[in-house]
Amino acid sequence: MGGFDPPAGGSRASLAHIKLEKQTSPAHVQVCLKFIFLVETPGPAAVMLGLRSAVFRAVTPLSRVLACRFSAAPIPVPNTQPEVHYNKLFINNRWQDAESGKTFPTINPATGEVICQVAEADESDVNKAVKAASDAFRLGSPWRRMDASHRGLLLNRLADAIERDAAYLAELETLDNGKPYAVAYSVDLPNVVKCLRYYAGWADKWEGKTIPIDGDYFCYTRHEPVGVCGQIIPWNFPLLMQAWKLGPALATGNTVVMKVAEQTPLTALYVASLIKEVGFPEGVVNILPGMGPTAGAAIARHMDVDKVAFTGSTEVGHLIQQASGSSNLKRVTLELGGKSPNIVLSDANMEDAVEQSHFALFFNQGQCCCAGSRTYVQADIYDEFVERSVERAKRRVVGDPFDMKTEQGPQVDQEQFNKILGYISSGKREGAKLMCGGGVAADRGYFIQPTVFGDVQDNMTIAREEIFGPVMQIFKFKTLEEVLTRANDSKYGLAAAVFTKDIDKANYVSSGLRAGTVWINCYDVFGAQAPFGGYKASGVGRELGQYGLENYTEVKTVWEVVSGGSTFIPV
Amino acid sequence: MTSSKIEIPGEVKSDPAALMASLQLMPSPVPNPELKYTKIFINNEWHVSVSGKVFPVYNPATGEQICEVQEADKADVDKAVQAARLAFSLGSVWRRMDASERGKLLAKLADLVERDSVYLATIESLNSGKPFLPTLFVDLQGTIKTLRYFAGYADKIHGTSIPMDGEYLTFTRYEPIGVCGQIIPWNFPLMMAAWKLAPALACGNTVVLKPSEETPLTCLYVAALVKEAGFPPGVVNILPGFGPTAGAAIASHMGIDKVAFTGSTEVGKLIQEAAGRSNLKRVTLEMGGKNPNIIFADADLDLAVEQAHQGVFFNAGQCCTAGSRIYVEEPIYDEFVRRSVERAKRRIVGSPFDPTTEQGPQISREHQNRVLEYIQSGIQEGAKLECGGKALGLKGFFIEPTVFSDVKDDMRIAKEEIFGPVQQIMKFKTVEEAIERANNSDYGLTAAVFTTDINKAMTVSTAMQAGTVWVNCFNALSTQCPFGGYKMSGNGREL
Repeated sequence: MGGFDPPAGGSRASLAHIKLEKQTSPAHVQVCLKFIFLVETPGPAAVMLGLRSAVFRAVTPLSRVLACRFSAAPIPVPNTQPEVHYNKLFINNRWQDAESGKTFPTINPATGEVICQVAEADESDVNKAVKAASDAFRLGSPWRRMDASHRGLLLNRLADAIERDAAYLAELETLDNGKPYAVAYSVDLPNVVKCLRYYAGWADKWEGKTIPIDGDYFCYTRHEPVGVCGQIIPWNFPLLMQAWKLGPALATGNTVVMKVAEQTPLTALYVASLIKEVGFPEGVVNILPGMGPTAGAAIARHMDVDKVAFTGSTEVGHLIQQASGSSNLKRVTLELGGKSPNIVLSDANMEDAVEQSHFALFFNQGQCCCAGSRTYVQADIYDEFVERSVERAKRRVVGDPFDMKTEQGPQVDQEQFNKILGYISSGKREGAKLMCGGGVAADRGYFIQPTVFGDVQDNMTIAREEIFGPVMQIFKFKTLEEVLTRANDSKYGLAAAVFTKDIDKANYVSSGLRAGTVWINCYDVFGAQAPFGGYKASGVGRELGQYGLENYTEVKTVWEVVSGGSTFIPV
Repeated sequence: MTSSKIEIPGEVKSDPAALMASLQLMPSPVPNPELKYTKIFINNEWHVSVSGKVFPVYNPATGEQICEVQEADKADVDKAVQAARLAFSLGSVWRRMDASERGKLLAKLADLVERDSVYLATIESLNSGKPFLPTLFVDLQGTIKTLRYFAGYADKIHGTSIPMDGEYLTFTRYEPIGVCGQIIPWNFPLMMAAWKLAPALACGNTVVLKPSEETPLTCLYVAALVKEAGFPPGVVNILPGFGPTAGAAIASHMGIDKVAFTGSTEVGKLIQEAAGRSNLKRVTLEMGGKNPNIIFADADLDLAVEQAHQGVFFNAGQCCTAGSRIYVEEPIYDEFVRRSVERAKRRIVGSPFDPTTEQGPQISREHQNRVLEYIQSGIQEGAKLECGGKALGLKGFFIEPTVFSDVKDDMRIAKEEIFGPVQQIMKFKTVEEAIERANNSDYGLTAAVFTTDINKAMTVSTAMQAGTVWVNCFNALSTQCPFGGYKMSGNGREL
């Protein structure tokens, strides 16, 4: 997430900035030069073009994400074999083996090799963690008595600690998830830090109201934490999803039992050690690596979990909501799948629309819930758009995620890899036109070629289901009314985009789309300040922004009778 | 920030061993602190005054001069406004900075103030006479928390999108006002600077701030921290100087978009007039008070006596919030007066650097004389002087903790702000009478009520014409809660 590829002006500014740094700081010069050297290694012209856009991509998020135009740090050279320090369950600020003694392997998706074994939480571990979280939440506990501003201070310290260890965390994220290191370092990590800082600031600003009620009463609301929150997070942005969940839950004073994805447990466990380091009381955050059907299900149906927040597939989202219904009616928020339409009108800036649409789909190996996976292009520019998109996809650099040139790493695991290849076959079988890619991209690891389908029809499987891989579908449309109808004809409603220079068309389309986020002339732009979430089967509730606090808040209305009515003065 | 929290418990003070043990744990002031910053801070640089003038700064505990400080006048204000305007120009680094980055800079400033808090508290004590430990625990904490709080607000100031009729797209943006003049007083020099700087910077304004001529030193040190934190040049400019010259130049400046003033009601009126005469700049004012503190017979008497005592004597009585009209219900009046006098007599007045000191000197000889003159007027108009009433010591500007009983509402000491360690205790019979008398004032900054009856608490707190009402407490201030005055106590809310 986080915006790649801003308009050309932004890219130029960022490059100018790098040059400036070369002149000003000897220490930075070397690293910057090294970085530029890496991406400007001589090669065939086509590769050079790709490299140049890789520079844009790797560099521009620095200016946007760090938002510090005069001191953006260059990307440090990664250690490609970062040491794993934590592989157990984190309960009550202590590291514990699973009750069952079971472990599971976590795999490096770039090689298919086992990185290490990790303790596997099951129902009994969930029970322990819920007990710890309940104790931490009991009335009068240090956490409940802590000033709201101090909760904010702890979150700020957590952000500081993550910022301090950002390079290591980015290495670990790349090792475990396969995403390019340059992206992990310059997109994921800064957004994690910003998210935590953002919610740190909310801790003492989430105000109830006093209400001018009829009669001799005094009436006010208090915003109270919900209690023990189960949080189940996915593998596509392990650290960022953790921050999106922890930030608002802790700012509002809840305690947490978090299950991290079995594909990518390592960075979350390291963050657990930082949670302890900065001084969160024990039991406030408990982190359990484990599987969905066991640990995840145990959280969803637990009678002492007051709320569950899940990010993942719509299929599992259904199960979570059902489990809540059949257990204790715990509050449920869901952030699920999407099949997000990206609408390109004929008056759009073609170069920008092609690049953004490419990014919208291929970013993070296509493993984004908000991926722009239905690209609707207006008929008069359709052929040129497809041609340019294919040319761009062919230039996409797939390879070792630790290589600074790499734009696309492996898919997260064998299962996803197989599933995506299956979708590609179905696309071919159902008559879509395979324009490029379509196959495996390396001898080992889970690499898939950037794939583009043209002439896709709305009823094809690849047009309706979430592929979650580097597979782009391009559709043709004629009128705005038609494209709005087709774009909204989906069970999903997570995100959408429209590319046009015409402000009236932009407003017409953006207000007509049934989606939680609409981007105009951009894609995948995120900020901790702006809410994100889905319409329809893409989710329930909103994360981020002030809206994100609502998921973690019970509103208590207090009525107090005021007798002596004659002297009580209404407002 | 509750003033009573900083009092060392009586039992500790009466046991020398316990006292020493508790004091050993307390931080000590920096011995012989170096004063690095005595110039005018414009564009992140230190300037001498255009006129070449300097003014002396004193230690009110001894009356001795600490150092000389560059004296800003109109020409320096012009320079500062120019710097602030440039920093605010469209497309400037400051204007293009992400809101969250502004927040980060403010958080960094808070960290730096925290790092140097013992030094800052030392200088604050030296220059203002307030006791060192309360300064460290109240003023510095208040300063740090205020900066952190507004750091968090920088990227949460939401406009709205509005579902308006017809084919329109309507939304609001919250934009900074521009160059803000800020004029702050001497009673809480650091904290007042934080109250002014933090919201102004969180919202993206630029600032020309004039600290009081009595107490410029800590504010100038904060200027150095502003630079160290990384604020771009011209965003914050700090000009030590006098009200009639530098202050007036700010209030009447055509290049200043907003002025915020904390100080006397008398000067507040001049500020508002100057805004009206010049460019209709926005004006916010936080000014004086003559704050009622209503004690019912059913109150916890120990609590009420101690809180009422702290409520007026805290900071040597130099608080706009001071509870300087204490209305006590008739059945407990005599007992309340007796205990209040006993408590006032126990109040330890002395060197601000003595850890047992509760009360330091008044800010200046002039102010000391003004307070003593009020005490004389109280005696002349027939109030009963229960204790105190005189200057204390040969050097420095100390005054004895003073209590008047049998005070009538029409006496000067019952109507005017004394801003010194002088407690006025009145008698009342009914709730209605207390409300009526409490509200019968030009001021409306704070009020308090002490009772165990929730209905009385609600009735009085609702009826008070005051910006803040405390129930069974006093001087509870926190950066999360707004503060400001009704009527002639001010205009707008801070925090």
